Amino acid sequence: MTQKSVRILKAALFLLCLLPLGKLTLEVFGVAGMSLGANPIEELIHRFGKWGLNFLLITLAVTPVRHLIGLAWLMRFRRMLGLFAFFYLLMHFLTYAGLDQRFDIPVIVEDVVERPYITIGMTALLLLLPLALTSTNSMMRRLGRRWQKLHRMVYVIAILGVCHFYWQVKQDILEPLIYALILALLLCYRLVVRWRRNRAASRQITRNGHDRIAHTRRTI
Amino acid sequence: MKTKNKIHPWEITSESVYLDRRQFLLAAGLATAAGMTSLALPGQLMAATGDLESVQGPYSTDEPPNSWKDITTYNNFYEFGTAKDDPYDNAQEFRSQPWTVKVSGECDKPGEYHFEDIIGPHTLEDRVYRHRCVEAWSMVVPWVGIPLGDLLKRFDPNSDAKFVRFKTLHDPEQMPGQRRPVLRWPYVEGLTIAEAMHPLTLMVVGVYGKTLPNQNGAPLRLITPWKYGFKGIKSIVEIEFTSRQPHTSWEIANSREYGFYANVNPEVDHPRWSQARERRIGAGVFDEKQPTLMFNGYAEEVAELYAGLDLRKNY
Ligand code: HEM
Repeated sequence: MTQKSVRILKAALFLLCLLPLGKLTLEVFGVAGMSLGANPIEELIHRFGKWGLNFLLITLAVTPVRHLIGLAWLMRFRRMLGLFAFFYLLMHFLTYAGLDQRFDIPVIVEDVVERPYITIGMTALLLLLPLALTSTNSMMRRLGRRWQKLHRMVYVIAILGVCHFYWQVKQDILEPLIYALILALLLCYRLVVRWRRNRAASRQITRNGHDRIAHTRRTI
Repeated sequence: MKTKNKIHPWEITSESVYLDRRQFLLAAGLATAAGMTSLALPGQLMAATGDLESVQGPYSTDEPPNSWKDITTYNNFYEFGTAKDDPYDNAQEFRSQPWTVKVSGECDKPGEYHFEDIIGPHTLEDRVYRHRCVEAWSMVVPWVGIPLGDLLKRFDPNSDAKFVRFKTLHDPEQMPGQRRPVLRWPYVEGLTIAEAMHPLTLMVVGVYGKTLPNQNGAPLRLITPWKYGFKGIKSIVEIEFTSRQPHTSWEIANSREYGFYANVNPEVDHPRWSQARERRIGAGVFDEKQPTLMFNGYAEEVAELYAGLDLRKNY
């Protein structure tokens, strides 16, 4: 994959990731008879939330997919996907805070404190913030290994996101369960890989001594 | 086609629907001109999609009603799916005629009654009511129906009839939502006998002067405007007079969140969200939510039903 084709693909992916926003915009302004239905604010909150969660899971799927089909260059797109997750979730929050609650701070604070599903959502979004802020190249360099540690937080965020979804559903939990299943598969994949490497490493230890495991740990 | 010599509330307030109606009349006229005869039902009911003959009933609000489109495409009717547009999408083929209702329990005239026998002897009334969903949205709906109490009295309930229990049709063939155990099917709702006999309580057969669309609970549904919308059980096939309080579907699903009474109450929150305010469907994206009123604004009519009852415990 040449530098140039990566750049073209990145531009294409960027536009692709903007499609949900484009469609929502047309619907908000009622272009070509499109509409958000009878309850547009609720619909906006839901659609932004759903796309945010979709992008979180897509981001988490990049590494396994790369392993399984061996396309190393997929990794070059992961950051953009993660940032789009953040963008859609920020819009999710802003729709809730701005359109639904009209930036009525006491009401929002009360919701965050008293409604467990919103507490969880808020926690997830706040945890996502430092990841978005440290996604620049210079930050990656500056933080070094701590960067990777910090960005593992995305697993916790995804779990909180799915719990938030599950908890806000009135009665029909099928859809959040499907999300939970996908997330569980993605997490299991990570755990299996890690467990295998650890096992391989401990075999190495018995042969080569301790320095080896330290190296393996670092590269997981 | 019977003509009406009075002005309905929505004809003053909702021009788009008035136009709809003219188009409908025009279409009906063409159909007649083409030699088609209308499917006359016994009693006052016209053809399946037709206009109903009704008189203006009491208690109507003068707030502007929601559009036909909002009322008939944004529905909670889990028998046809849990998304708001599922009922519209999945209920079009539903057969709401012929229809029978089984009446049983503590009354002297139990039996199987045809839809026509149930509605026929009564005068249909227009009633424009506020409708408040437990999910904190609301509409204003011009229902057509009969006072439930007038209907129930015809079955001669006895002195042991303390509650009325209603059941929705259970037919997973026709109601795809019933193929998944989202709620315990069939849907069951209930009222105290005093609530059932209250003059605000309606057995509804229409909306906007027309036969109730399937997605709104055809052919027969309950409306208790001071309670959350889920009390308004749809496509009713059973009415039972009982001496004990019925177990209702949402209570069974989650008794911490949904109670038997389900009276609209801005001071008692749903465990997961506030009930203090509501979003009026049809309002603009930048409009504020409006405060929810005690008993959905019908306190004057119904508060006395609950005198002495702790509404925090009996939610
Ligand atoms: C990582 C963070 C978050 C994720 C992944 C997320 C995801 C979701 C999803 C998937 C839904 C359901 C959409 C549907 O039913 O179609 C939802 C609903 C909702 N979320 Fe979030 N969300 C997050 C953060 C937040 C935050 C910070 C707030 C507000 C402070 C919030 C408030 C809401 C509200 C109010 C609803 C709608 C509840 C309802 O309609 O009853 N979320 N969210």
